[in-house]
Amino acid sequence: MSFEKKLPSWKSIPIGGAILKPGNFAERPTGDWRVFRPIINQDKCLRCLICWAICPEPAIYIIDKPYRTSSGREWKFTLEIDYNYCKGCGLCVEECPVKAIDFVEEVK
Amino acid sequence: MSKPTLYKSIFELPREEYLSPGHGLCAGCLVGTIVRVLLKVAGPNTIVVTPTGCLEVSTTPFPYTAWKVPWIHVAFENAAAVASGVEAAVKALQRKGLVDPSKKINVVAIGGDGGTVDIGFQALSGMLERGHRVMYVLYDNEAYMNTGIQRSGATPFKAWTTTTPVGKVLKGKLQPKKPIAEIVAAHKIPYVATANPAYIIDMANKFRKGLSVDGPSFIHVIQPCTTGWRFDPRYGIKIARLATETAMWINWELENNEVFRVTVPVPKRKHVKHYIRAQGRFNHLTDQDIEEIQRFIDKEVERINKMVGKEVIGPVVE
Ligand SMILES: Cc1ncc(C[n+]2csc(CCOP(=O)(O)OP(=O)(O)O)c2C)c(N)n1
Ligand code: SF4
Ligand code: SF4
Ligand SMILES: [Mg+2]
Repeated sequence: MSFEKKLPSWKSIPIGGAILKPGNFAERPTGDWRVFRPIINQDKCLRCLICWAICPEPAIYIIDKPYRTSSGREWKFTLEIDYNYCKGCGLCVEECPVKAIDFVEEVK
Repeated sequence: MSKPTLYKSIFELPREEYLSPGHGLCAGCLVGTIVRVLLKVAGPNTIVVTPTGCLEVSTTPFPYTAWKVPWIHVAFENAAAVASGVEAAVKALQRKGLVDPSKKINVVAIGGDGGTVDIGFQALSGMLERGHRVMYVLYDNEAYMNTGIQRSGATPFKAWTTTTPVGKVLKGKLQPKKPIAEIVAAHKIPYVATANPAYIIDMANKFRKGLSVDGPSFIHVIQPCTTGWRFDPRYGIKIARLATETAMWINWELENNEVFRVTVPVPKRKHVKHYIRAQGRFNHLTDQDIEEIQRFIDKEVERINKMVGKEVIGPVVE
């Protein structure tokens, strides 16, 4: 996804300052706040949805994408983190019941 | 009260999101969690009113909004008055047939503790007394966080804030927390509950029940604040859970001013030190201070058990 870096000028703002697109905050990414990156280990993940339910952004999504673990277990869906928005709070890392989320320092 | 169908597990929560990412709440701010779940339960036919505070400021810096439902902010002190007006307007439009009268439209006010227990209290009390069909959700981070951690009526006993400093003379707040949910309950409205984002399904069901009643409802939600309570953001849910495990926060509900229930019983209680020692705002507390708080909580537990008529919250075991 690409993001508009500049704020809109007053000339392009609708009369009355109305915001015409609900949830347009999604145009401003917050991924660069992150110091640590949570990475879901898809093999370990039990698809319990706890991380999805507690994420304050939301930056964790349930994707209808099948996944086959290395031990042959078939899942109908996958949990994915959107790093455009994940601020790296670590709530999911802490709450995952099977410790399936690694927390790795961001390095440039 | 019409009986709404309740959620049994996280799997039943709708996948749709009505709060967009990109908002500016601190990393790990549980207001995000609470509002996301609330909007999932309430759905798209919902009008949200917020007073000034972290939630309002972080979700709506012009020209952006994180809200995917209609949203209105007027001032710090009047969320309940604005919500009353919105509800009355919807009713009038439905009566005149300008809005489909069969359509159920939720009006939800979501306020911080400062905006609810202090400055917005008069508006709230009026809304409850007039009986507007509004669900008022209080996210309680126990201080005025948005302006830099000033004490509120909801700040707990002995907690540090910038206006209850810790020095030679003062050692945090001198007064106990205002029991706002019980003050609201004294208005005899159809539904009052306390909730905790560490118990998501319990919280979601309380939102559901609050939205199903024909009159005002009030949900008081504890919201650990990483910035003001001084803890690493990753521990937010842990601290929220500890609040209930120590009975510093009891999850209860009161239906029709009649049926009182503790919805998360705690047969084996933890000592309050586990909750207190996890937060920097209580760093200055001595062991005696903590024992004083423990005795206060023991009394509170006794009172709640008496109200329920059996021991729903057990003795301290660890
Ligand atoms: C009448 C008025 N007084 C003061 C303020 C400044 N103010 C803005 S937000 C805020 C604190 C809000 O505290 P709370 O309601 O607890 O919400 P939180 O920021 O903690 O989420 C204050 C004092 C204001 N906006 N209006
Ligand atoms: S909390 Fe852990 S196990 Fe559960 S869905 Fe998330 S990554 Fe998977
Ligand atoms: S100061 Fe506290 S309540 Fe406000 S956005 Fe940050 S974590 Fe949330
Ligand atoms: Mg507050």
